Amino acid sequence: MSIFIDRSTRLLVQGVTGRDGSFHTRQMIGYGTTVVAGVTPGKGGSRFDGTVPVYNTVAEAVRDTQPNASVIYVPAMAAASAIFEAADSGLTLIICITEGIPVLDMTRVMPFLHERGVRLIGPNCPGLISPGQSKVGIIPGDICVPGRVGVVSRSGTLTYEIVHQLSTRGFGQSTCVGIGGDPIIGTTFVDCLSAFQADAGTDAVVMIGEIGGTDEQLAADFVRRAMTKPVVGFIAGQTAPPGRRMGHAGAIASGSGGTASEKIAALESAGIPVMRRPADVVQLLKERL
Amino acid sequence: MNLHEYQARELLQRFGIPFPHGGVAGTAEEARAIAERLAGPVMVKAQVHSGGRGKAGGVKLARNPTEAAAHATRILGMTIHDLTVQKVLVVPAAEIASESYLGVIVDRAAQRPVVMGSAAGGVDIEEVAARTPERIQRVPVDPRYGLLPHQATALGFGLYRDLAQVRAAADIAEKLYAAFYALGASLAEINPLATTPEGQVIALDAKLVIDDNELARRPEIAALRDLSAEAPSERQARDHGLSFIKLQGSVGCCVNGAGLAMATMDLVKLYGGEPANFLDIGGSSNPQKVVAALQIITSDPGVRSILFNIFGGITRCDDVANGIVQATRQFPLKVPLVIRLTGTNEAEAIAILTNAGFSGLTDMDDAVRRAVALAQA
Repeated sequence: MSIFIDRSTRLLVQGVTGRDGSFHTRQMIGYGTTVVAGVTPGKGGSRFDGTVPVYNTVAEAVRDTQPNASVIYVPAMAAASAIFEAADSGLTLIICITEGIPVLDMTRVMPFLHERGVRLIGPNCPGLISPGQSKVGIIPGDICVPGRVGVVSRSGTLTYEIVHQLSTRGFGQSTCVGIGGDPIIGTTFVDCLSAFQADAGTDAVVMIGEIGGTDEQLAADFVRRAMTKPVVGFIAGQTAPPGRRMGHAGAIASGSGGTASEKIAALESAGIPVMRRPADVVQLLKERL
Repeated sequence: MNLHEYQARELLQRFGIPFPHGGVAGTAEEARAIAERLAGPVMVKAQVHSGGRGKAGGVKLARNPTEAAAHATRILGMTIHDLTVQKVLVVPAAEIASESYLGVIVDRAAQRPVVMGSAAGGVDIEEVAARTPERIQRVPVDPRYGLLPHQATALGFGLYRDLAQVRAAADIAEKLYAAFYALGASLAEINPLATTPEGQVIALDAKLVIDDNELARRPEIAALRDLSAEAPSERQARDHGLSFIKLQGSVGCCVNGAGLAMATMDLVKLYGGEPANFLDIGGSSNPQKVVAALQIITSDPGVRSILFNIFGGITRCDDVANGIVQATRQFPLKVPLVIRLTGTNEAEAIAILTNAGFSGLTDMDDAVRRAVALAQA
């Protein structure tokens, strides 16, 4: 079992012929993901690597190949349009990998998605993987093993670090979701925790947060109210200077709830143990399971 | 990207927001000329990207042009929070009857712009928000419709009783939102929004922060960047596509990914060290980026050891290893290097490093502990 993606996922790739899109499409197909079509305006009618049909528009791809999810690898200035197009074509699961989308573009995108009941994961995220079933995005497949721990994170390589700890020490994963490092994201910690709570294939959840915003505090509140499965946490950015953007557009420690110490306190007060080092994840999970 | 007050004023004036006329001066003589033209007492205000300008002595009242020139002489070249003042803004010292606040931000949780108004202006609004949140009116805006007239009017009533002032404030709120949206800002603020003894509503100080992600499609705004207002190492990093922030510690950090970079800095601290910087080399790691990263880190005389922490995914460990070897051929390192690489092409990377006389580690904790010990040796 898993959340959001599994063996039945039929994936469309927007930006399939670009540098990143083509590289990761090959990786996803190699992992076993069912990629049914790609979209690159102007390249409709061709086939990617001789196999995957390429269309000019998402609507045509949907009509011919019935995808149930789309992943977006298009450049930042065109990414919001790509999300609009996917949602307008009836897709209800969209994963946007692109980094650098203007925040105001996302304020226009989000109401459009809400009205259509679309789940967006990202943007500025590594995507997700349900090990052994399907991989959508850029998470390296070889560090994951199938299992019963759910992982949700705002980061990319930090997630790999913690997943690596889990995998090498006997804890496989049901699904690993990177929700993204931007101020406005489609799927939050709470959305993922709620899905993991409902997933029969998940026994425990690792949540990896960072400075900026109040999503972790909302997640802590949700865990206290609505979760019976154990959750362990990590918060990056304790040494981050206030007011500076630490790489991710959303990672800015400010007085309004964004600092690491406030987040750690919120998690701990909700009964979520917080690891001091990524290497502690297995120990904390063992204590809770 | 932060804009200076004078730049924010100029941009907001184009949207019709009323500011008292003033001028920008880079020399004392220019400041004198502006004060002469304005005829009357003026404020001389340091233009730096820093709060607390007044407390640092960067904002002064001058009764006449000679005083304005004297203040400008003192303020120009002055250092406020490590930033050197290059320009001063000279504006009329308006008599003020009341001070309010108007601002626009993107609210992360609401996922839309929010216009904020408060009758408690003139001071740090974050402080007001923390202590007396009920004194700030927050109006969420649907970006498809913009700030609606009734929302703007409600904001006006939150600030003033006099109907003419309410209407003036509502008009300014609509213009501020329009500017925020059109300029791709992440913050647009008028603080204070003042009333004169005659009852006129005017903007006295402005702040604009532009979303960095907007700059690619707004070259005219990107051109307003003040290169002298940031550390040279941070500018150099940006030119090479690196994300870098200088800190005060002694362990130089070079990491792929912002989250892992922060976690690495935190671990340095946990093991008793202090990180010298945040540095994210990003996803695609061509060796040249690694060379640039090492150049930037080693230019900091406070660095006593350098730690590489790479978790290869898209980033290939062998690319990073090649970059390290190339860099150390171009310029010999004066401080010890600790290299941790794991993931994509890890074995190739370790072989490259071993051949060049370096050793590569695969465990993050080991590497951080070693780098901290070396920095303290």
